Amino acid sequence: MAQSMVKEFTKGLWAELPPFRLVLGLCPVLAVTKSVENGIGMGVATTFVLVCSNLLVSLLRNIIPVKVRIACFIVIIATFVTVVELVMQAYTYPLFLKLGIFIPLIVVNCIVLGRAEAFAFKNSPTLSIADGLGMGIGFTLSLGALGAIRECLGNGTILGNTVFGPGFQPFTFMVEAPGAFVCLGLMLCLMNLIGKK
Amino acid sequence: MGDYFVLAISCIFVNNILLAQFLGNCPFLGTSKKMETATGMAMAVIFVLVLAGIITWITDTYLLKPLNIEFLRTLSFILVIASLVQFVEMFLKKSIPALYAGLGIFLPLITTNCAVMGVCLININEEYTFMQSLVSSFSYAVGFGLALILFAGIRERIIIARVPKPLQDTSIGLVTAGMIAICFFAFKGMV
Repeated sequence: MAQSMVKEFTKGLWAELPPFRLVLGLCPVLAVTKSVENGIGMGVATTFVLVCSNLLVSLLRNIIPVKVRIACFIVIIATFVTVVELVMQAYTYPLFLKLGIFIPLIVVNCIVLGRAEAFAFKNSPTLSIADGLGMGIGFTLSLGALGAIRECLGNGTILGNTVFGPGFQPFTFMVEAPGAFVCLGLMLCLMNLIGKK
Repeated sequence: MGDYFVLAISCIFVNNILLAQFLGNCPFLGTSKKMETATGMAMAVIFVLVLAGIITWITDTYLLKPLNIEFLRTLSFILVIASLVQFVEMFLKKSIPALYAGLGIFLPLITTNCAVMGVCLININEEYTFMQSLVSSFSYAVGFGLALILFAGIRERIIIARVPKPLQDTSIGLVTAGMIAICFFAFKGMV
């Protein structure tokens, strides 16, 4: 039991790392990673929704009729997204403003629905929590890493601290829209290179 | 009239939904390997997005706002969109089988296309009037189709090119998308 939990947890961190291996949920990955702070904030919000919806779906998996399961998943996910939205509005208002419509859009993030369908609907609550947590942390780390690269090159800072000397010319391309695509593409390439060994 | 034209141009080119706002990227990468699937997806999105834009605007203005339950916006929008997609699917299957055969498999995918939900939320956040919402929904959808078809055209060429192994498939796709995004970047500041 403990072994399989560890297995479900760690697969989200490397073997099935959501944005790279599964290529799901790319929209927030590209849109909010202008800085590390935004990336991690988005990652934590998604992790919360992922864990809670996985747990609830798994608990209700014997009650939900198979035919209307997608609709049920969506209602469950939307409920937790609304919770996150209200909590962030109350306690982290500046971040809430920066992430904008991407918070309600967690509802249509394919990773969340994908995990509910592919994992939580078939497995026990404890395994589902492990799976959700692993995927969520993998997602958060990916967003944080991409955010760090883009913020560092595009703005010369990490988490607001200056990295380079005064002679540094910011590579503005990286924090703009095209940079997001190119940067993610190259990171994917790097992951393929490491994975192939 | 002029205002609507400016809004349309800004939604199609300047704030292109895929390349400037990053909404709907999963189908962008998923359905762009062949021109046919890209066209099918583009048509399905235009069709559903216009309907969804209208219906969510009505829901928000005449149901959520008068009752002061805007906090249920996310939940109600996703339900409206999901049921709309289901309804459109059943309607097309019965009445216009030719169109259904064309759009068929792309319709259910649209429920989780964040472009649809995203545009509906943008319409509300920008406090657009009914006509503005209609124009913006249609133009965003056209912008989506335009970018998707352009991208599919380029991707069909890349398939026959010799790409280094680690860069293959999605990786080169993303880099290409970045290049198209640079082209669209040139529209910035136009409106």
